[in-house]
Amino acid sequence: MFDLFADQPLLQTIWFLLLGVLWIGYLVLDGFDLGVGMLMSRFFAKNEKERRVLLNTIGPVWDGNEVWLITAGAATFAAFPLWYASLFSALYIPLTLALVALIFRAVSIEYRGKKNSPGWIAFWNTALSLSSFLIAFLVGALLALTATGLPLNENGDRVGGAFAWLTPAVFMGGLSIVGLSLTMGLAFVALKTDGQIRHRARQLLVKASPLFLLPITLWVLYMQVTSGVALTYLFTGLAVVAVAVAWLFAYRGSEGKAFTGLVFFTAFGALAIFLALYPNVLPSTLDEAYNLTITNASSSDYTLRIMNWVALFGLPILLVYQGWTYWVFRKRLTTSSIPEAHDVADLTTLPTKAEAHNA
Amino acid sequence: MDPLEIARWQFGITTVYHFMMVPLTLGLGAVVAGLYIAYIRTGKHEYKRLTKFWSKLYLINFIMGVVTGLVQEFQFGMAWSEYSRFVGDVFGAPLAMEGLLAFFIESTFLGLFIFGWDKLKPSLHAACLTLAVAASWLSAFFIIVANSWMQHPVGVEMIDGRPVMTDVVAVLTNSTAIAAYTHAIFGALQVAGGFMVGIAWYKLWRRRRDGIDTIGQDGKVIIGERAEGAQDKTDFKVWFTSLRLGAIVGLVAFVGTAFTGHHQAQLMIEQQPMKMAAAEAACHDGTAFSLLSVGSLGAQDCDQLTTVVEIPGLLSFLAYNNFDTDVAGINSLIPVYEETYGTHLPNNPELYGERAGQKIDYLPLMEVTYYGFRGMITLGGISALSFLYVLWVTRKKGEGTVPEAKWISYLAIAGILAPFGANATGWIFTEMGRQPFIVAPNLEGNPAVMMFTAAAVSPGVSGYEILFSLITLGLIYGALMVVEIYLLAKYVKAGVVAAMPELVEDEHESDDQNKGNDVLAFAY
Repeated sequence: MFDLFADQPLLQTIWFLLLGVLWIGYLVLDGFDLGVGMLMSRFFAKNEKERRVLLNTIGPVWDGNEVWLITAGAATFAAFPLWYASLFSALYIPLTLALVALIFRAVSIEYRGKKNSPGWIAFWNTALSLSSFLIAFLVGALLALTATGLPLNENGDRVGGAFAWLTPAVFMGGLSIVGLSLTMGLAFVALKTDGQIRHRARQLLVKASPLFLLPITLWVLYMQVTSGVALTYLFTGLAVVAVAVAWLFAYRGSEGKAFTGLVFFTAFGALAIFLALYPNVLPSTLDEAYNLTITNASSSDYTLRIMNWVALFGLPILLVYQGWTYWVFRKRLTTSSIPEAHDVADLTTLPTKAEAHNA
Repeated sequence: MDPLEIARWQFGITTVYHFMMVPLTLGLGAVVAGLYIAYIRTGKHEYKRLTKFWSKLYLINFIMGVVTGLVQEFQFGMAWSEYSRFVGDVFGAPLAMEGLLAFFIESTFLGLFIFGWDKLKPSLHAACLTLAVAASWLSAFFIIVANSWMQHPVGVEMIDGRPVMTDVVAVLTNSTAIAAYTHAIFGALQVAGGFMVGIAWYKLWRRRRDGIDTIGQDGKVIIGERAEGAQDKTDFKVWFTSLRLGAIVGLVAFVGTAFTGHHQAQLMIEQQPMKMAAAEAACHDGTAFSLLSVGSLGAQDCDQLTTVVEIPGLLSFLAYNNFDTDVAGINSLIPVYEETYGTHLPNNPELYGERAGQKIDYLPLMEVTYYGFRGMITLGGISALSFLYVLWVTRKKGEGTVPEAKWISYLAIAGILAPFGANATGWIFTEMGRQPFIVAPNLEGNPAVMMFTAAAVSPGVSGYEILFSLITLGLIYGALMVVEIYLLAKYVKAGVVAAMPELVEDEHESDDQNKGNDVLAFAY
């Protein structure tokens, strides 16, 4: 079962798996942020109060969650610079769009409530849902393309022009992560809110998750058919079990357990996909000899060993303090927890409270 | 369509833009953390107002720094893949350390700070902010370590044509990094100082203009109150404290930039003598510092320049702490570079494109280095003078406020830009002065550990793709700059109450509060 690791270098394998951890962390954590962002569109949220409830479920945590992506990118650069260079340059245009979406997502969360006018709020709200969708789609496309390969030459450079990456894999991966994020988003909203929104999120989770998770299931299966091995079949099986259990819990109304099940599904699914890719990291569709692998794309053993210590120190502490954040903000939100919106300009005309000078 | 030129413009524009937000984040964050700790220790209400107001502006700016930083990280791989391949072994590590050890802490604890007002006890809450700010300083350190390796590569050996890290301690304690980091931190604090001074001045001026504060017959200020919008006597204290604090922080920071800058210049003469010579437009070895050289700097021929005003001995002092050691000029440096690093780029079109085999110009763009260096010093100096003026105006506590003249308050607002400009020109000088290298050679190290910028751009990416991202990002950056300044201005105009709605009576809120304590202290 573990024979795929035979004859492979240990340090590089560790870093392949650590990158897996970072990506799984991103897909789970920012996955629900992106899902919530998409749910803020008119298709789910009924009114402004509900939209603000949704936004505030991720309010304290979304920025920390996005750092998983930044770190996954930087760790790829540090551990596998040739992979980072080839993948990012080959996907120049999609990554430009991803950056635009990441910019708009962050800015719209922060700025949408800074002025109390319907036009302003509507603009940033649309920007938030669209950019959340786009981030999920493009991250999915990037992951699918690194798994299925790109037309790379001997130097690792893309050939075939600016749109050589535009293959069915883009849609397979893109829709997979959009669907996964929507599912995670619904599960998170069901877990973090109360009242009508909670109810609606749970109902939709039960009804729509089979459809939302269809693309990622196809992606996992596609990888198994093309390059699956015993271990990845095992993870595929575990992923199926996890998602079935998650669905049952959602159906029975145990939101916490449903969410946990989805986390396991994401982790097993990602392992099933990326261990099927291993030891390649980015195959060339032109010639197998040009494939980027954990060996030929990696940094030196010295650098990887240094980074081992950094990860060994940084990751466990990270899990503790990010975990603590969720504990601090564990309370479910309802429409009545949301303070009245006001425009800061109007506040200057309201009478000062008598006790203001020592409030 | 030349990918190299467009990629360089893009990196330059996005970096300068990113470094508008970053120094404000670094500097103002530290001040806000200090104010919060002061509030915890003294319990004085005005410190709470100061913390809340300045942290609001800090957060409006912070998010822009985050998103523009993301663009920087991605660009290495997207537009500079050959560079990433070459340096990845040593350059990627500090970036990954930044993510794992600093940026995670910064953004997670900032989330706790923003939403944690009613969830955490004050000391713990203040600790969250302090930790976030400390992490942002650590984050800046890792990024400058990476940048400094491009200025002065250390801790590597060439193996199979790539620099491979052999000594991470040498990379992290690179003399260039220590000098550049301290310089950048002081530069950031000066930005924060100028930001606070400009805004506080405007707010105090507004109070005078609105007739809240008046000057009595004895020439002392009579602090007044207005019934709305928390424009009370404490409000005066908030702005007066901000004004003085900003001026003190800014002035100390300016002195800090002067000393660290001096140290940095001395390292530069050793490590990148050509950069310093180009900054001086100095053809020949000499000891004098040029205050003004005329002629055509753009012609890249220093023999056509006439030095109009120079200070004898100053250049030697800057470089060697004495007045008579010659500092090497361009004409004596070029032959040294040509001998060590070649006269022509290798004839390899795959790496160098249309520039393969071209003659190498070792002289950076003199217009940029010469004026960049002087722009930095001038803008920093002007801003420091304004801090001195502020401290003079406010020298007697309880007696002074700002003059009623409108034009000075406009000048104070405009003065916010000066430290930003000093930061930008300084970075433009040091990065453009590194050319034609992307990794400048370490003169004491292996001459093979260097890279020409011409070889660094992504070979597979077309100029049109880079132009697409340059235009897209440029338009978005321009629009978001307008939005950020609009929001900052909106919050400044409203004042403290914008960050503390609890200071005013609001009929909507009292209902909610009667229902229970469920309402969030802060919500998006």
